[in-house]
Amino acid sequence: MSEIHEYSVEPSLERVNSELGIDAVPTAPVTEEGTKSFTAQLLGFWVTFRTMFKKVNTVEYPEVKEPTAPRFHGRHQLNRHPDGLEKCIGCELCAWACPADAIYVEGESNTEENRMSPGERYGKVYQINYLRCIFCGLCIEACPTRALTMTNDYELADDSRSKLIFEKADLLAPLRAGMLMPPHPMYPDMDDTNYYKGDVLGFHPSQEVKP
Amino acid sequence: MTIATLIGQDPGWLILVKGLLVFIISVLMVLVAIWGERRIVARMQMRLGPNRVGPFGLVQGLADGVKLALKEDLIPAAADKIVFIIAPIISATTCFMSFAVIPITGPVTLFGHKTAMQMTDLPVGVLYVLAIASVGVYGIVLAGWSSGSTYPLLGGLRSSAQVISYEVAMGLSLVAVFIYAGSMSTSEIVAAQQQWWYSVVLFPSFIIYAISMVGETNRAPFDLAEAEGELVGGFHTEYSSLKFALFFLAEYVNIVAVSALATTLFLGGYHALPGLTFTENWLGGWFALVWFMVKVIGFFFIFVWLRGTLPRLRYDQFMKFGWKVLIPASLFWIMVVATMRVLSLRGASRISVLIFASVVVLIVLAVNVAFDSSRKRVRPVSSVEIPAPNFPVPQIPAPRVEVPRV
Repeated sequence: MSEIHEYSVEPSLERVNSELGIDAVPTAPVTEEGTKSFTAQLLGFWVTFRTMFKKVNTVEYPEVKEPTAPRFHGRHQLNRHPDGLEKCIGCELCAWACPADAIYVEGESNTEENRMSPGERYGKVYQINYLRCIFCGLCIEACPTRALTMTNDYELADDSRSKLIFEKADLLAPLRAGMLMPPHPMYPDMDDTNYYKGDVLGFHPSQEVKP
Repeated sequence: MTIATLIGQDPGWLILVKGLLVFIISVLMVLVAIWGERRIVARMQMRLGPNRVGPFGLVQGLADGVKLALKEDLIPAAADKIVFIIAPIISATTCFMSFAVIPITGPVTLFGHKTAMQMTDLPVGVLYVLAIASVGVYGIVLAGWSSGSTYPLLGGLRSSAQVISYEVAMGLSLVAVFIYAGSMSTSEIVAAQQQWWYSVVLFPSFIIYAISMVGETNRAPFDLAEAEGELVGGFHTEYSSLKFALFFLAEYVNIVAVSALATTLFLGGYHALPGLTFTENWLGGWFALVWFMVKVIGFFFIFVWLRGTLPRLRYDQFMKFGWKVLIPASLFWIMVVATMRVLSLRGASRISVLIFASVVVLIVLAVNVAFDSSRKRVRPVSSVEIPAPNFPVPQIPAPRVEVPRV
């Protein structure tokens, strides 16, 4: 039995701690001091009294809106290529990744008359149910084209279930300068690979021609 | 002319008017108290507290009341319906009754009549307040019992034990006041404090009363009857709507009532602070009301301060404190006070009274020191040999070693 009770050889604690990043936190030996004296206990009253005159932590929300953390998981957004074509290719990977089954996608083939995105397919129907969404961000990780990202917008309360199912129109990023409202043809002499590589920086005048 | 004879000459309609005024004052105090408590506790926790309804959120109490009134009134199937309905009524009616004997101002003129803002002056006024407070406990006990549910029953039980224990200490702490004032009438006790407040003369009594009044009103750190961490809501778990509002109202009226009583018995009632006595005659004597209110609000702040600072006591600690500390201490103190009083009444010189007091203080100190030194510090033995078991056990992990910081 004796070998069972032997202590294992201590690992080098300095090395282990530095690997774990524990050294960043200062440590102090813990000693049990027992009950404090009566006057020391009365100091608690001074703590609460002093706190009354400190600056409060409250943010008066509807009037004051503090910015969120930069990577806060808020409402989703469907992004566009710089010439205005949608990035979403209707692959449904986001819907498959979603643990809460909050996303519904229907893909459709692009045609020369009706081109919404570079390449073969685009997302015809795109819905996110914010009553189910848990804002885990797995859909963003799953998206192969960076079409789906999350914004910092957290004001998602509403008064009916149907209003909280966001359609594609609600999720699409707005058109910025240099973008054209699809459907329109792809940039001349560029294919979808060029789009993904970021070779397209804006629209070409030939794209403006309505088919 | 004493206050008692002055009040005795009141016509009936004036008594009614005064009753109405006292009722309005206490209800207004409660509304402000609820708001004030929430704001002050919030500040102590670095929050803002209610600030939406009305200017600075002042009407929050009213808004809460309206909300409660509009909620569904549930009576559990297992409840004893009649008692269940009567219990909050008992709580809410008795809490107002103690205001009847509280002197709020000295002699004033009210609608052309010379009177004092005190509804009635009983020769046993303070006993009346104690009696009313005891009846008020029935509201809590019956609420706990009639709910037909476990947690309310426990809450009611705790509350009854609590109030019985702390009422003994409270009553004993008042005895010293009776001995010194020579009266149980509230107005005469106030009159006797014209020169020295009893909070100075009878400081230990004041402390014991201040502690036991927190226990009496079921307030933190003695809020065991409605300990939300242990008993959900305690005695009012099953109550909703207006019945809950009545309990809520009763709690705050009680706080104001015990604060008012403490002001009357220990802080000189409506009298001004020493050195400012000339202010008592301002506004035809009505300025005394301001002094009274200031003192009551001061007590209320202490209630809030306690709630913001201290954690709730364990039940056995609470009982031990009441029975083994407060009651013996106040008994001893009464003995000392009575002896000093008899000495001075028999015409003993001031020096002999002082000698007696200092001898008592020395004895108390000596007992305290002897008690402290006799109490050995018991340290748990850490190096207990654990016999090796005769079955395989997992390896004991390496003990943690503090790495010295460079």
